[in-house]
Amino acid sequence: MSEETVLMKGNEAIAHAAIRYGVDGYFGYPITPQSEIIETLMEAAPWKTTGMVVLQAESEVAAINMVYGGAACGKYAMTSSSSPGISLKQEGISYMAGAELPALIVNVQRGGPGLGTIQPSQADYFQTVKGGGHGDYKLITLAPSSVQEMADFVGLAFELAFKYRNPAMILTDGVIGQMMEKVKLPAWRPRRTEQEIREQCPWATLGKTADRKQNIITSLELDSAVMEKNNERFQAKYRVAEATEVRYEEVKCDDADYLLVAFGSAARICQKTIDLARNEGIKVGLVRPITLWPFPTEVLHAYGGKVKGMLTVELNAGQMVEDVRLAVNGQIEVAHYGRLGGIVPTPEGVLASLKEKVVH
Amino acid sequence: MLQEIVISGFGGQGVLSMGKILAYSGMMEEKEVSWFPAYGPEQRGGTANVTVIISDDPISSPVVNQFDVAIVLNQPSLDKFESRVKPGGALIYDGYGIHKKVERKDINVYRVNAMDESLKMDNTRVFNMIILGGLLKISPMVELQNVMKGLKESLPERHHKLLPMNEAAILRGMELVEQEQQAV
Repeated sequence: MSEETVLMKGNEAIAHAAIRYGVDGYFGYPITPQSEIIETLMEAAPWKTTGMVVLQAESEVAAINMVYGGAACGKYAMTSSSSPGISLKQEGISYMAGAELPALIVNVQRGGPGLGTIQPSQADYFQTVKGGGHGDYKLITLAPSSVQEMADFVGLAFELAFKYRNPAMILTDGVIGQMMEKVKLPAWRPRRTEQEIREQCPWATLGKTADRKQNIITSLELDSAVMEKNNERFQAKYRVAEATEVRYEEVKCDDADYLLVAFGSAARICQKTIDLARNEGIKVGLVRPITLWPFPTEVLHAYGGKVKGMLTVELNAGQMVEDVRLAVNGQIEVAHYGRLGGIVPTPEGVLASLKEKVVH
Repeated sequence: MLQEIVISGFGGQGVLSMGKILAYSGMMEEKEVSWFPAYGPEQRGGTANVTVIISDDPISSPVVNQFDVAIVLNQPSLDKFESRVKPGGALIYDGYGIHKKVERKDINVYRVNAMDESLKMDNTRVFNMIILGGLLKISPMVELQNVMKGLKESLPERHHKLLPMNEAAILRGMELVEQEQQAV
């Protein structure tokens, strides 16, 4: 066993990965089921080692605006919360998309609407990928399905956020956040120096130098003609991301007659369903979207021409299923199975639904 | 090897930490492990439970409906999990907290009088380690030396002086466990 392999919760893995990646600042406000992120950071006290700032803000709204400020200076800035707190952050996320600021937001979802419950849910899918804030923007969205991916996606999220100058979200839930698994933490990287940030982020507001005009970070543009141009620029980079950043995993799809489509914790549950179904002679595979935006539309469209039916499994009333249906575009039937309000589906429940709705 | 285990009892009985020690022990044997707690408000007074999976192969779902072993430490836990033990699987309970009989005949039932014993040992804090000893006796899924390594790993260093006491409790649990029912 490598020395680096440890047993920890998904939330703890995010905190440790952030310190190791060289994140400059975390700003958050506690809420179940993700409070271990800020607790772990506070206990690790990285301000004494890497110099990373960890700050408990007075509210979620304050935290997201602190992230805006850090990101405007080209820093690796992040926040985390759970569903109700993420709703509060939507204004800030829209502003960051409009001001083209890269940052990481982690949503460890719980059941809603409203304050709902503290149990796991995936009911913030629409909010995340369809624009929880106002305006025509997209949020780069990664959906980890293991504690290992919780750790790995911190770095990936920052990489993509800075590549596209756009906020990125890790969309996970109470199952992955609270469970413990073995994880290999990423290698230590030094925080970037001020000079490196100046080179990598010429747009950052780090103080004007004689050789350039002032940098202005804002989402405000009162001239509609210019604002349309800005929007066209955003859309152009979204198209590039859609063409190049789609990530997904295929499990036992080669000989599958039927396909499960699920992300995050639901995908883990579906993997067990695959075994149960195959024991009964039903050939089932799984496509797990890893990027929820950009969505693996093409691969699902292709499977629409190969398999007899699909079932999306979500901890919600049917959200991603709409994107799967758009991808499949009527080639075959796409059904949905979900449990609501914090109830986690069982592998047996998924199998029963598959037999009822899809396997004919 | 695949063992899907649920441990359930009152908050404060050491349910989550027993699961954690089991998971650490599995990790010491280079096995795949997962630990998924019911992290709800039930931790504070109602029933707390944790699912621990130890496997030779990568673990698919950390959430399962049927268990190889259910350890139930109070009546609500028995009510909740009796029906979810796999046929031929094991149910382990502490005599102190359970007042109704197990109804199923197709599972093995074991009793560990851990509460009584921990009172005799004048140390109720080792209650969960006595139970763990019972589990390891009937289903030796991990070796004792790896449990001790796991215990060391999961305890903060300031508590390492308590390791011998915990080992004694595990060994006592191994002696105490009694089979009450053979699965038919």
